[in-house]
Amino acid sequence: MSQLANELKTEIIKALNLEGVSPEDIENDAPLFGEGLGLDSIDALELIVLLDKNYGIKIDSAADGKAVFHSISSMVAYIESKK
Amino acid sequence: MNVYINGVGSVNAQQAGYTSNFLAEIQQTEQHSIRSIEPDYKAFINPTLIRRMGRIIKMGVASAKMCLNDAGVEQPDAILTGTGLGCIEDTEKFLGAIIQNNEQFLTPTSFIQSTHNTVGGQIALMLGCNNYNFTYVHRAFSFESCVQDAMMLLAEKAEQNVLLGGVDELTANSLKLIERLGHLKNQPLTNLNLLNSKTRGSIAGEGANFFVLSNTIAATSYAQLLGCKMLYKPENINEVTESLQQFLLENKVQASDIDLVLYGYNGDEKYDRVYTEVSDKLFNKSTVAYFKHLSGEYHTCNSFAYLLAAHILKSKSVSPSILLNDKKRAVKTILIYNHYRGINHTFSLLTAC
Amino acid sequence: MTKRVVVTGIGIISAIGKNTDESMQHFRSATSGIGAITHMDTVHKNNLPVAEVKYSNEELLSLLNISNHKSNYTRTSILGMYAAKQALESAGIHSVKEKKTGLISANSVGGMDKSEVFYAQFLANPSKGKISNIVGHDCGDSTEHIADYLGIKEQVTTLSTACSSSANAIMLGSRLIQHGLLDRVIVGGTDSLTKFTVNGFNTLMIFDKEACRPFDATRNGLNLGEGAGYIVLESEKSAAESEKKIRGFLSGFANANDAYHQTASSPDGNGAYLAMSQALAMSNLQPTQIDYINVHGTATQNNDLSEGIAMKRIFGETVPRFSSTKSFTGHTLGAAGGIEAVFSIMALEQQIIYPNLRFKTPIPELQLIPETELIEGAGIKHILSNSFGFGGNNSTLIFSAA
Repeated sequence: MSQLANELKTEIIKALNLEGVSPEDIENDAPLFGEGLGLDSIDALELIVLLDKNYGIKIDSAADGKAVFHSISSMVAYIESKK
Repeated sequence: MNVYINGVGSVNAQQAGYTSNFLAEIQQTEQHSIRSIEPDYKAFINPTLIRRMGRIIKMGVASAKMCLNDAGVEQPDAILTGTGLGCIEDTEKFLGAIIQNNEQFLTPTSFIQSTHNTVGGQIALMLGCNNYNFTYVHRAFSFESCVQDAMMLLAEKAEQNVLLGGVDELTANSLKLIERLGHLKNQPLTNLNLLNSKTRGSIAGEGANFFVLSNTIAATSYAQLLGCKMLYKPENINEVTESLQQFLLENKVQASDIDLVLYGYNGDEKYDRVYTEVSDKLFNKSTVAYFKHLSGEYHTCNSFAYLLAAHILKSKSVSPSILLNDKKRAVKTILIYNHYRGINHTFSLLTAC
Repeated sequence: MTKRVVVTGIGIISAIGKNTDESMQHFRSATSGIGAITHMDTVHKNNLPVAEVKYSNEELLSLLNISNHKSNYTRTSILGMYAAKQALESAGIHSVKEKKTGLISANSVGGMDKSEVFYAQFLANPSKGKISNIVGHDCGDSTEHIADYLGIKEQVTTLSTACSSSANAIMLGSRLIQHGLLDRVIVGGTDSLTKFTVNGFNTLMIFDKEACRPFDATRNGLNLGEGAGYIVLESEKSAAESEKKIRGFLSGFANANDAYHQTASSPDGNGAYLAMSQALAMSNLQPTQIDYINVHGTATQNNDLSEGIAMKRIFGETVPRFSSTKSFTGHTLGAAGGIEAVFSIMALEQQIIYPNLRFKTPIPELQLIPETELIEGAGIKHILSNSFGFGGNNSTLIFSAA
């Protein structure tokens, strides 16, 4: 879990250009959207592409992505479930 | 109704932002392109917005913020942005991604950022400003279209502040294109010797220059803007001088009143001729100056000329670095005449206030 | 501003025809121009419906009497030249120089149809790519070609504010007349389909894989379109002097910024609300006097809900009859405001309200039902037309019958 979680955090920081944020700053269960990291709908689209490009997982609509991207933990769980 | 420049903000090639000792130090270069000296953007834009901003957006938004701070205005009544090529870096990025990945794994950020009105949109977002917001994208009329629009807005309603600016960026690719189009100098020279080369082409530049125009004079006022006129594809020098004289007449200014003419000489010996001809015909008693050796050539570089003119009128001093001749006149009235490749000609009149 | 601005000419080309007659035939037969991609080579070819203009560049150049092999026009320019010329002719203007005549055009991606071809080679190798493909890249290029083609010189400029672009061009034109800087002006916009925009909107996941369903509960996104639409505005005095038929009035307009998000509209439709309210205030009309709304209605989840909420904020429970003509033409981006202005004038002249195709179920939060059948003898005096773009750029135009 933790290796994938760390990997994801690094990729997210890079993809979303989160300058000044390090993987240690992102808690696994903290909400990514709204509060917490404060990501928005454009970031969600970026994460959909990240999942496709890096993990080969396709999400069909932005709405489907909502639950998946709730937190690092939910993303890890989703990726593992697709293995 | 008078129009005043009440604030300025700039990301330019001469210093990081605009300060009152503008041009005290001149940047010299042997490159055929001049890039902006960029400020620490975090001082002007909050990190949650910055992370998504391409370079031109940062340049534009930071200049706009500097300008609003300078004018002491929190919410402008209108936001007008001029850009000749828009957000080319993001355009290139998105196109590159389309081509490299064969239309797969494309991410939205560079596409969204490539929209030409992103600078204006981001300024509005940053300020929470719901007011009128236009973006003009027409070569060397882009910035002047903003000026024209601003002057109409100010005539329509009293006590307004209009934020407007010109912004264009240079990328490695766009510079290469300018070179391939034959618009760039192809022999060694320094920017300070730009006009001595007597060859075709110029040097490329970039920058963002923003202004607050108001119909109320203020302690922060730099200058009064009398007028701005755009002339499209004049067929000959007569058409230029007639249009210019008409412009002066409309603004109740005589050629002899012009203390300093600021020309868009850019070192291209074909396109520079008209400035000399106009000067010989109409302004042989005026001090003559130029600015593109300090800004480089870009579609909205006339906004740099406006900055320069505002600085001259407020500081009551003229940097020797811009002079082509000096008639030793106290500078109260400045005419700016710029054109882009003989197509888009603009005249602007500023006076001390 | 007391000077009245009148509409004396209209010109249009879109997926539903190369003039107003062809367009009206499509409206009457409820035949949209949305279909498969045929002109572009893209991986999305069989997946995404678009609304292409059914004429090639060569065919259009031939209709314009321009020799194909000599020209280097982008499709954006060609579409623009075609519609602007039609507008000029429909206004009966034979000598542009008789009065102070300007051109304010708008587009969103300029000559990208050619530049994306250039960049495909250039980005791999900077010495590759035909230069003639890149010279028309910037937004101002097509405007200058249209101006040169029509002989217009007095005032020439270009706006680019995404999907509200040509509505804003119309506003600027009107103000230039009201300030006495021009007697008459051709205003509107043009945009052609490009790989750039097809892929761009695809990254936003706002395409419908079927033909779009504006204002429907099951709407799934937009279909991209292409085209050009221009109208001729004149001061009432100028129109009278040259004995022009007045085809309508531009009685109000406004531009406001949502200032909420780069691409999404605010949940309470604030920008749209401000644009519509201010346009109404300028026109001195009460909401009850609006007889038809040509909505922005792109059929995205976000726009239609947000626009609908704004409409209810202004019109309360009595929202006027409305429809989205994008159900016929697709979303023509920078050209949308101009194309829909032409449709508005046609509607006023022929007293017709257009159907909103493929609507079945109202959006639950709104319960708003657009017109689904063409209405004749509609009794329209005032039409409100919305165009909303990225960057929170919200524009409303109000046209009134002559």
